[in-house]
Amino acid sequence: MSHWIITPIVLPALLAAILVLMVREHLVVQRALSMAGTLAITAIAIGLFWQASDGTITLYQLGNWPAPFGIVLVADRLSTLMVLLTSLLAPLVLLYAMGSGWDGRGRHFHPLFQFQLMGILGAFLTGDAFNLFVFFEVLLIASYGLMIHAGGRDRLRAGTQYVLYNLLGSTLFLFALGTIYAQTGTLNMADLAGRVAELDAEASAGIRVAAVLLLMVFAIKAAVLPLHFWLPDSYAYAPAPVAALFAIMTKVGAYGIIRVYTLVFPPDLEITQGLFDVWLLPAALLTLALGMIGVLGARRIDRLVAFSVIGSMGLLLSAVSVFTPDGIAAALYYAIHSTFATAALFLLVDQIRDRRGAAGPMLVHAQPIEGGALLAGMFFVAAIAMTGLPPLSGFLGKLLILDAAGSSPLVWWVWAVVLTGSLVAVVGFSRAGSLVFWKAHQEGPDIEPIDCETAPEVEDDTAQPGSTRGPLVPRPVLPMIAIGGLIAMLVALTVFAGPVNRALSATAAQLFSPEPYIELVLTTPGKQIKDDPHAGEDDHADEATDDTGGDH
Amino acid sequence: MELLIASAVGVLTAAGIYLVLRLRTFPVIIGTSLLSYAVNVFLFASGRLAMDAPPVLRDGAERYTDPLPQALVLTAIVISFGMTAVVVMIALGSWLSSDDDRVDRPARAEDDTNAPSVAEGGAR
Repeated sequence: MSHWIITPIVLPALLAAILVLMVREHLVVQRALSMAGTLAITAIAIGLFWQASDGTITLYQLGNWPAPFGIVLVADRLSTLMVLLTSLLAPLVLLYAMGSGWDGRGRHFHPLFQFQLMGILGAFLTGDAFNLFVFFEVLLIASYGLMIHAGGRDRLRAGTQYVLYNLLGSTLFLFALGTIYAQTGTLNMADLAGRVAELDAEASAGIRVAAVLLLMVFAIKAAVLPLHFWLPDSYAYAPAPVAALFAIMTKVGAYGIIRVYTLVFPPDLEITQGLFDVWLLPAALLTLALGMIGVLGARRIDRLVAFSVIGSMGLLLSAVSVFTPDGIAAALYYAIHSTFATAALFLLVDQIRDRRGAAGPMLVHAQPIEGGALLAGMFFVAAIAMTGLPPLSGFLGKLLILDAAGSSPLVWWVWAVVLTGSLVAVVGFSRAGSLVFWKAHQEGPDIEPIDCETAPEVEDDTAQPGSTRGPLVPRPVLPMIAIGGLIAMLVALTVFAGPVNRALSATAAQLFSPEPYIELVLTTPGKQIKDDPHAGEDDHADEATDDTGGDH
Repeated sequence: MELLIASAVGVLTAAGIYLVLRLRTFPVIIGTSLLSYAVNVFLFASGRLAMDAPPVLRDGAERYTDPLPQALVLTAIVISFGMTAVVVMIALGSWLSSDDDRVDRPARAEDDTNAPSVAEGGAR
């Protein structure tokens, strides 16, 4: 049995403990260790993705207990894809946090970052519903710490709302799991798939309730329309690198929906007909519309990006809720794209916020941004990607989604909302961009001149005093490299759209034929449970055969 | 027994939701605690209620109660306890820094706190 599958969970956990217990006073050592660990996870994730890319599903039994009794980790195409996506995002975000000095503005940024990674990666890899809950809690509790990192009144206020909202979400998750367990007697996802399919249609009220409760839990994470209220404030007030990392958190909700509603409650399952297939698509379209209206109406650039996240989640879920292989493949492509685009935009917004001095994130006329050309160019590219204009990956993703919507009865609604939404988003982003970068010389009367020294850069201590204006103040280059890296990911996703899309189609196909997954999880033998405690020699022989049995 | 458990879950949930809707940090935190008690009892009952039956293998036992929900409840209790501690600290920080314990106010009025005069007006 290969132990590589569990390393993305164990490595950050151990690293976080080392960071918080041994080197908590040494920021440089923390940075080095944190970056090294994150890069190691990236390497492992590439390995796992490569291993799963030929359709192999790998199983890891914790403690070598066989499936319905023990917890299993499963690395199939979807899981490894999401792990890879997370581990490509994480180093760039970490680079930004170091370069901009965000990690030094509060305590314990790096341990919390590692715990957050552990939770996210664990949620993607686990094959057990209760274990999914536990990893959700791990990623949430780390995100609470990260959310209020560096403190401040508004951040704490937004953080309180975020924590309470998610606390209620966790309670709902437990109610859903309790109902599922009461109805089926198992929480292993592969085992659930079999038992739910065998349930009597007459006595299915409980499992139908559980299916909807579980969908609500994931919808909270994915910020679907009536449950999206936590997102705009949390993302707008979270520290920028944290907001960028949170770009993957909404995708955890989307992953949950894709995983559970293709494996446990597949779309053709009779007892859950008419539950989520009817209203998930309209809800997703309304989410998209709301996000785009928010983009148009936002008066702060960070809230504008936060609303564009809601819009992109709406678009993603409208592709998911078609529940066809094409729809899922399109949704996954868009998920990869929107993760990088969102992260790039949040980091750019942070740079803009810092450099505009008194105007901060407000969408008002202010003085020109020092060194604004590069920033404006990057914002332009990221906004093109986010709104889905050609030539970048957002356009391709949107095209795939529109194409996949053809099999839905609501196809005209999808086209109308998506295309109108894109137009609205283009207007919203151009308005923001031109206000911040173009009309900058039309200075408002009451805005103070930009004072570069007040920009909260840690490294700015070395900047020579006296030159309050002008290009002499050195800007750290690492943040721009991090943003450039994210944009490079978007370009790569566009250039390699063909191979990526083929891989995603294979992923979706694997999701829609879950028999090998279920068979592998349920039939792989684990450790033998003996009635007779005195069978010493036989025990060793059995374990030896077990090990060879688990190898393939 | 069933009636007792069911009504306990129901009453705790109802009281919890009522308190959460009060929208001030103290009642809201008490409300989420009550909700987590409700869910713990609910999880405990999800393995069916069996009186006077051991959860682990024992010689001479005729029937057993389901041990898994008890493990699940233990996990859930630990997590909700930790979460409550975290939310108390964050809510306390929020209250101390903004002198306001309502949880439904927007984090910041659409003003800029960097400009002090505007921030005073924005804090309401």
